[in-house]
Order: sequence, then C-alpha cells, then structure tokens
Amino acid sequence: MSKNFISGVDLLEKCRIYRKKIWEIMLEREIENTGKSKAEIFNDMKKNLIVMKAAVKDGLYEDIKSVSGLVGGDAKRLRKRYEKERTVSGKRMNKAVASAMAVLEVNASMGQIVAAPTAGSSGIIPGALITVGEDFNFNDDDLVKALFTAAAIGYIITRNATVSGAEGGCQAETGAAAAMAASAIVELLGGSPEQALHAASMTIKNILGLVCDPIAGLVESPCVKRNAIGTANAFISADMALAGIKSIIPFDEVVEAMYKVGRSLPCELRETAQGGLAKTPTGIKIEEEIFNKKQ
Amino acid sequence: MKNYSAFDVIGPRMIGPSSSHTAGAARLGKVARRICGEEVKKVIFTLHGSFAKTYRGHGTDKALVAGILGMEPEDKHLRKSMEIAKKKGLDYQFVEEDLGDVHPNTVKISMIDKKGNQSEIVGSSIGGGNIKIIKINGLDVEFTGEYSTLIVRQIDVPGVIAKVTKIVSQVEINIAFMRVFRQNKGKDAFMIIETDDPIPKGIIEKIRSIGEEIIHVYIVDVL
Repeated sequence: MSKNFISGVDLLEKCRIYRKKIWEIMLEREIENTGKSKAEIFNDMKKNLIVMKAAVKDGLYEDIKSVSGLVGGDAKRLRKRYEKERTVSGKRMNKAVASAMAVLEVNASMGQIVAAPTAGSSGIIPGALITVGEDFNFNDDDLVKALFTAAAIGYIITRNATVSGAEGGCQAETGAAAAMAASAIVELLGGSPEQALHAASMTIKNILGLVCDPIAGLVESPCVKRNAIGTANAFISADMALAGIKSIIPFDEVVEAMYKVGRSLPCELRETAQGGLAKTPTGIKIEEEIFNKKQ
Repeated sequence: MKNYSAFDVIGPRMIGPSSSHTAGAARLGKVARRICGEEVKKVIFTLHGSFAKTYRGHGTDKALVAGILGMEPEDKHLRKSMEIAKKKGLDYQFVEEDLGDVHPNTVKISMIDKKGNQSEIVGSSIGGGNIKIIKINGLDVEFTGEYSTLIVRQIDVPGVIAKVTKIVSQVEINIAFMRVFRQNKGKDAFMIIETDDPIPKGIIEKIRSIGEEIIHVYIVDVL
C-alpha cells in the first residue's frame, strides 16, 4: 500500500498500520514519489539542516543589518542577555527565540536560509529544533528526522490549506512553521504521532486571527518577532502535548479553520502592507523613509 | 493538484528575504540568460506591480542581476551581484512600468548579447520561488521551469513538430507536457517541450539540422 497521505487522520493511520513514526512515513513517501534512494533524500535534507545551522550561528554572532536597515542585531542582543542574566522564560526558551530571530535577520540581510515553509517564517523550525538538539544532545541525523516530521505537517497544511501569508494571513506562515516545529519536537522527544498532531493543533489554535502586515511590505517587521513568538508557541505546545494534553479540535479541522479564517481576512491584512502595523503612523513613516531614501 | 514534496515544504535553500521577490527573481534571470544564449552584455529589467513597488527592499534587483550572471537562488554572492556585474562589464538598468493584466510580480527582461543580438522574455514570480514564463521575444508562451524544458522557435510549417518529437524520442527522453504557440499561421511559432529526464545538449544541433524552418533551440534545465 502507498505511503502517500492527504490528511492528519490519514497520516496517523499510516503510522499505526506500519508501526512507524511520522518522519519515517514522510521519508518513505518521498522515496515512493521521486524514485530516489533513501540515502540521497536523507542527505539532501541534511544539506538543509547545515544551511539552517549556519544561519542561526551568523545571526547570533555576526553584525547583521537588513537591506532596508529596519532590522538586525536583536538576536545578538537577546543572546547576550540569556548568556549573562537570569531570564524570565529561561535560557532554553530565549536561546530558541534568539536563534529564530537570527535566521530571520539573516534572511532580511539577503543571507542564505531554507524556506521552511516560507522565507518569512524560516526562523522558527531551525530556532526550535537546533536549540532542542543542543540541549538534549541529539545529533544531526536525529534533527534531519525531525525535519521530515515537520515536513509532513507542513505538507498537510500546504495541501489542504495554505502556507502563504498573502493567501491566509501571517498564521499561514509563522503558524504553520510553529506547528511543524512543535510536532517535530514532540516526536524527537519520544512522543507518539498522535501527540505530535495535538501539538501542531494547539500551536495553530494559538495564532488564529493573526494578520500579515509587514511594514513597507518588507519581510522584516513584525516578521522577526513573530518568528520568535512562533518558536515559543511551538515549545509550549510541545510541552503540553508531551504532558498528555489533547487538542479538543482535531488537527485536520484546525487546519481547515485556519484556511477559512485566513481567506476571510480582508486583503489589506494579507501581506499587502495596506493594513495592520504597516498602516500605523510609524509604519507609514518607515515606508516613506525606506522608499524615498533610495530613489 | 500538485504532489508536494518534503523539499517543497522544507526548502528551497535560498538567499532571503522573500521566496517570490528574491528566489523567484533569480530564477527568472536564469531563464532569461538561457534564452539569450550568448553572454548578456546589456539588460533592461522592466518591473511591474509589486516588483516595481518593493524591488529595492527585497533585493529583487540584485536577484535578477544574479540570475543573468548565472547564479543559483542559493548562491551566497547573490547580494553582491551588482558589483560582480560591474566587474564583468554587464550593463544593467531598471525601469518601472505597468505591463498590463499580468501577475503582480512580473518582469520584462530585454537583453543584448555580446554579438549585438536582442532577446526578451516576460515572466512572473508566482509564489514560493516558483515562476512562469509568459512571453519569449514577443510571442506568448507558458512554462514553469519545473521540468527540463526544450524550447524550439520555428516557422509554422507542416511536419516540423513531427521531426522535432522524433529526435526527442531518439534520445529516449519522456515528454511530460508539450505545447505549441504561434501568433499567425505560417509565421513564427514556439514549441515548448517539458520532459521527465534531463535533455542532452547534443539535441540542439540535431534539431537545428532539420532545416531553415528552425530558428532557435534552447534548453532550460530544471530550476
């Protein structure tokens, strides 16, 4: 029987029938669809991990400035704080959040990143996974497996809803990335496929209604900070799922709700820079400064 | 419905900040370079819609130039493409203009190669780094670069299509999609052949040898 799946329910059934984890089903689906070898596919995903790690490192330690000059340096700022001070949400949380911001700052400065699922949400998965990997002593192969778990969740959302901010608002991007990260962490830490999907559901439920309102239309602000919040959201959802807490609404229905909420947002709030933070007095001023300055 | 791969979701590896404004733009430049055939000496990018409004902040300009220079969307030197272009003597220019009823992220790329030949493509960045070419040298076409693509520009006379597909079958590559575009009967036409397998470069000479009805043959590798 084929390893292809089209929904959360379908994925769980495949996991149950084959007694496999989500990452294994996703990897085998990929082998089935492309005809490539397991090693080839696994290594290609490892290349993604290497790029992710480099972006985290650059953003945490280098001086980064975005093309517009709007963002850069916040990840480094947060790193200095958690290295020296006792932080409110703890070192691990801050490290993950700073790492996510690091990647988005690298993205905004035209550095190399992996769209996961998009460029605008590319910080969350590396921020969350690489931090958990370091703190819990997982190796690169473990993290590559986790990326396949994340890919499975992202694939279901892409297939049945959307991961485009222009289509579904910001939750479609950062929310999907956070859900992908949460489920990957759950599976990485030994949780069941069911728990992984609960984590994804809870993550998405937390961000329904968030608009996509980039200032001046640039993937910088509020994107960097929303990647930070998305990472925190993923961590909390993962902990809840691992504690045995369940999402009252099943994953597939949450994804559908997210899609409907996104589509019913007016287009001003969907990445057009015509509403939300982009149209606050400061937002408008920044837009004018950036585009007039460089004429 | 497209069958999404794990790498559509976690990927592509790319230079930020935006898959449609940066990675897609680099890919459009890359296809343009292919269609030009020779080394590009001068290029004018006519930017439409969202491309025209936000290209500076998104580095769309740098990505387009990088594509013309043959860089991949993940090339770390992408953001220095303009300096590299200057060193290589590539003359580039950006114009903002309404190109009409096309996708908001659309660019017209007009090129002159080192021999003085002109060519032009119009393409759109349609999201997630995916692109669509909608015009080559003034003629309406459509292809995405998702497959290896063979583009044949020919005079619209009977038998040409059969001769070209025969050559394709001889090198044992499978045609996934094929479309023919033309403006007027008996005039200029394009054949766009998308294949499952990489297209060997040697095929270009074989198709050219069909005769004078073949004007140009290009191969665009999977983007």
